[in-house]
Amino acid sequence: MSWRCSFLLFAVLLQAQQKPFGFGKPVSAEEARKRDLTVFPDGRGLPPGRGDAKAGAPIYAAKCAECHNDRGEGRENQYPGLVGGIGSLATPKPKKSVGSYWPYATTVWDHIHRAMPFDHPRSLTADEVYAVTAVVLYLNGIVTETQELNEKTLPQVRMPNRDGFIPETRPFQKRKVR
Amino acid sequence: MSVKDEDRRRFLALGAGLLSTTACTTTKPASESGAHMRPHGLRSPHEKVARVIRELTASPGTGSSRTPLQHLYGTITPSDLHYERHHAGVPAIDPLQHELLVHGLVEQPLTFSMAALRRFPSVSRTCFLECSGNVIGDLRGNPPPTVQDSHGLLSCTEWTGVSLRMVLEEARLKPEAKWLIAEGADASRMARSIPVEKALDDALLVYGQNGEALRPEQGYPLRLILPGFEGNMNVKWLDRLLVTDQPAMSVKETANYTELLPSGKAEVLTFVMEARSVITSPSGGQQVLNGFNEITGLAWTGLGKITKVEVSTDNGKTWQVAALQEPILDKSVVRFRLPWEWKGEETIIQSRCTDESGYVQPSRDEFIALRGINAGYHYNGIKCWQVKADGHVVAV
Ligand code: HEC
Repeated sequence: MSWRCSFLLFAVLLQAQQKPFGFGKPVSAEEARKRDLTVFPDGRGLPPGRGDAKAGAPIYAAKCAECHNDRGEGRENQYPGLVGGIGSLATPKPKKSVGSYWPYATTVWDHIHRAMPFDHPRSLTADEVYAVTAVVLYLNGIVTETQELNEKTLPQVRMPNRDGFIPETRPFQKRKVR
Repeated sequence: MSVKDEDRRRFLALGAGLLSTTACTTTKPASESGAHMRPHGLRSPHEKVARVIRELTASPGTGSSRTPLQHLYGTITPSDLHYERHHAGVPAIDPLQHELLVHGLVEQPLTFSMAALRRFPSVSRTCFLECSGNVIGDLRGNPPPTVQDSHGLLSCTEWTGVSLRMVLEEARLKPEAKWLIAEGADASRMARSIPVEKALDDALLVYGQNGEALRPEQGYPLRLILPGFEGNMNVKWLDRLLVTDQPAMSVKETANYTELLPSGKAEVLTFVMEARSVITSPSGGQQVLNGFNEITGLAWTGLGKITKVEVSTDNGKTWQVAALQEPILDKSVVRFRLPWEWKGEETIIQSRCTDESGYVQPSRDEFIALRGINAGYHYNGIKCWQVKADGHVVAV
């Protein structure tokens, strides 16, 4: 064992022995969960609720179209488009959008839920978020107009680019430090 | 400041001197004319350094501001010139109301007030922060005119706070803990997934920058610092850490900050900023003069320390080893320098760095051959500046 290793081991032992500082305030897991927004690709974190594109259309028109345009075209370079580019990723002019690029429908829900409408984030109910998520997916031809999205069905929606992501290869990197 | 600026100032100083001898009746001795003291220092009105701001949408606060690298000396970025990249503006946070929640796969969920976090043993370290979208104009073949425009999403400062490992040990991670979801209190509650190995290695929860409390634009009152990892993961206004067994695949680790390759596949969860360097003087928009010019610039790597910077002044035909300013710090910028005699020839100057992992900064062509021009992030190709026959420097 090198000196460096034994020093590390010593430091780890020392730390293991150290008693907690106790500066944190304990909270119950339930209390903590109330502040939890995170939705995972397998659907963990999704609250109960439901909606389809038909129910979402008036909400989208009232709360999203102002920036993202009537059919998710976006507005110039100001506001991102939400549609288009499916099949373009391997071409010289790839177009990234929710439809062409995003691997998980849960990410669409999570992002709208936490961050949209941009100027009034977290103002939508869970049902409204399911419904406008359905609109965005419907505009991309990924779900039908009356296909219900809820906490069970949303994670099962297969996005066109679901298999488009690979782990890093770091081709210029010779060996990793740490 | 360009060599020409320097000369002009010397000339102006000379002029002022002449003026004061001829019009001596109106000139007061310096000892009588000094200004009063003031609680906060300001730059000399002669210094015009400023960030360049680019708002991306009509909504405030989406966009970036870039550090004026060509006007800075040494290695430390003044806090008010540190680059910014926000996705939903800068929140106004009362530190007395701010608390960090640590929950998920821990034995005991905890909240920490700012006062509680400041009670822990503190630690300071210098490291660079860089947006992984930096220099993307160069990758796409549209190099912007100045080094501020091309490389300004890079800054380097001293951060002070508490080891994240120490805070996590208070809550006691469960064995299944593999990832942390770090979430900020900005309007979009931006969140990123952090591998637990990094969290337990050199990650910090910081409340200080360059000797004072964080500025609001840098995450006041609490920011995550992950030395060497892409800027976006260093979550500002941090108020929640969810410990989990898998990444969240949030919008900023799927839609953005993923690298699209020519095959149409994209690399995901790419965190480390690899070795880069750039000549900051003489650089785009500046002027070299006949005779002696100092070539100087910055090099940095998320893989540890920079070990070598080479500079070419003849369009890549020969390379000379530049002097590195000590101390060379882990995951921090290093200033390099090379004296240069310019004899009026049109040429290209460029720098290339190597780090302690053996990584050598690739050329743009080498990068594109493997990664294409649409990767969008983590471009670190060698930067070339063209020196025209009249001494004017332009981006190429
Ligand atoms: C006031 C303007 C505004 C409104 C209203 C608005 N958005 Fe957005 N939206 C934005 C901006 C700006 C962004 C990009 C934010 C960033 O840079 O991260 C965005 C991003 C998005 C994205 C991610 C797009 C991408 O490819 O990165 C989705 C999805 C989205 N909005 C959906 C919605 C939905 C659904 C609504 C209605 C509930 C809505 N937005 C309302 C301004 C707006």
